[in-house]
Amino acid sequence: MNAYISNIVDKSLRETENSITVNKHLQLEYDLGTLLATDINSLDLTRLRKDKNDYTKQLSRDNVQLLFNEIWRLPTDRVEESIVAKLPSSNFVLPRSRPLPKSKPLTKWEQFAKAKGIKKTKKTKQNWDDQLNKWIPSYGYKRAQADKEKDWVLEVPATSDPMEDQFLKKKTGKRENVAKNELQRLRNIAKAKKIKIPRLGLTNSELSSAKELQTAVTLTRSATASLGKFQNKLPKEKEGRGLRRLMPNSSVKSKSGAVSTWDEKQNNMNIVNSVISGRPKLNVEKAVGRHLKYSGNSDDKEETSKKSQRSRKPINTKRKRSLQKNAPGKGKKKKETHKRR
Amino acid sequence: MAIQRVVKPTTRKGKRVLEARQPITIEGPKQTLVLHGRKTSDFIRLGLKDLYRLKKPDAKLLSRNNDITIFENASPVEELCRKYETSLFIMGSHSKKRPNNLIIGRMYNYSLLDMVELGLDSFQSLADFVGPKITLGTKPCLIFNGPAWDQMDELKHLKSMFVDLFHRENVENIRLQGLEHAISFTATADNKILLRSYKVLLKKSGCKTPRVELEEMGPHLDFTFRRSKLASEDLMKQACRKPKILKVAKRKNVSRDGLGTLHGRIHVGKQNITSLQTRKMKGLKKTAEEKRAEKKQRKRPLTAETNSTKPVASKKRKVE
Repeated sequence: MNAYISNIVDKSLRETENSITVNKHLQLEYDLGTLLATDINSLDLTRLRKDKNDYTKQLSRDNVQLLFNEIWRLPTDRVEESIVAKLPSSNFVLPRSRPLPKSKPLTKWEQFAKAKGIKKTKKTKQNWDDQLNKWIPSYGYKRAQADKEKDWVLEVPATSDPMEDQFLKKKTGKRENVAKNELQRLRNIAKAKKIKIPRLGLTNSELSSAKELQTAVTLTRSATASLGKFQNKLPKEKEGRGLRRLMPNSSVKSKSGAVSTWDEKQNNMNIVNSVISGRPKLNVEKAVGRHLKYSGNSDDKEETSKKSQRSRKPINTKRKRSLQKNAPGKGKKKKETHKRR
Repeated sequence: MAIQRVVKPTTRKGKRVLEARQPITIEGPKQTLVLHGRKTSDFIRLGLKDLYRLKKPDAKLLSRNNDITIFENASPVEELCRKYETSLFIMGSHSKKRPNNLIIGRMYNYSLLDMVELGLDSFQSLADFVGPKITLGTKPCLIFNGPAWDQMDELKHLKSMFVDLFHRENVENIRLQGLEHAISFTATADNKILLRSYKVLLKKSGCKTPRVELEEMGPHLDFTFRRSKLASEDLMKQACRKPKILKVAKRKNVSRDGLGTLHGRIHVGKQNITSLQTRKMKGLKKTAEEKRAEKKQRKRPLTAETNSTKPVASKKRKVE
């Protein structure tokens, strides 16, 4: 009988030793993607104080067991004689180490090609040349050499000047092409980085766009004594856009750059100080003149006449001349349009 | 005149190096820089070395002392992290005011995101524990014990930092027999954090899932929480942004109820009621006359068309 009981006790002990069940008040939070389990059950403080290491080990064992129970429940697969579990994607949000990459902005050509549906075709590295009777590379090593061999003589076109150096012409043409490409590349970079590039100063008609040329024409027209008021225009000619602020005869004032707070404060303080100090500004010359006038020095007629002439004000002072206000150009037009709106 | 070109890498290798430093959409495991502060104790030096060993393929250990007080000025560490291309760092230092100091921090875009300072109270190294160690680069199971991890704001951050530090990388599959490492973090009520690292032993349990036994492997670290510098919410949000390709597209019109049954909603076009076959009744049947009339009507439009075309043609002829 005793042996029977002890047998049962032994069996149950073994079962508890080998069991995979763990009892918890609150369920653990799992994130199987990161193999993470969080146990928010309160800790047993007395055991923790008594034997820290044993208690943490026991606690961790239970939690690892619970985590493994979850993992073993996942769908499995056999890969090279080992069983792998398929982990779900992790939900634990961690910061990245670098920001997300930004997509590269398209160049002007790429934009155009996309709109028109032009696709890049791969060029062959070597091309057969009938003239030289051999393969020559389309770029790079030995290309320049091949060109030199090929162009030992150049035809003078019927339309061109017979004395013109065709070799030089070809060379400069090539150089200009390279320069143009470089300029376009830089322009693309500026566009991508949203850098403002000067709209003027580019006078090469081959490189500049129609827009740029129109800007130049519009601005140069204003370079007369009358600020371009009497310049003739071509029929249906359009003005360059967005130039109103730049034009010298414009009624719209260009915004001056931002004044730093320190400067602004200094200016304001100067004004305030001059008012507060209360000391009137003494114009010494004026004072002396007045003194001379009223202190019986009137015998000298010449002097007084001179002074009176000097002190006489110009006739037209009240009406200030201003080109900008009276100009019949854009200012008025603009006002009218505003009214209409 | 020579054109001044934009500076480009001169060598192929240089080009490759610069390309490798560009941000990528899906990042690999974060690299860790382990470095010493102004002065270090034996304790700290061994601790750093053990942490380095735990992290090993994704870590870099610097052996010299660096005169850095990171809470005053973080830029030297930022520069080092940029130099070694690491986004995590562990710095150890020792001073009278803060003995056995360990600072764990993260970088975002080569600038400091957040860091916490932990005091090392007790320490036992990997070598102090006899027994087998784990294989290099094993993905550990992370166990967080104690309610404090979800209650205190600073500990929440520290949890995120520990996960970031130890979780290695995201994997799709994991070999079940390869789960041999567990790290447990216990937060006690008195602001202490106990880090224990165990080797996992899988025992037979009589069913599919094995019985787990743990064997302490080291290192064994007890921390107290000291200072911290946490990231602003905006910056953290920016840093946690997920790439578009990882976002799961929402499935429209499909839902699951509480029992797990899949429900779908489908859209059917409007039904044509006029042509609906209803119940047949004798009274509603068409008479023979009605049928004839319908037939006639069906034919009529055709004749009308032929009539209309003829005069047009004749007109045209007239014009010609």
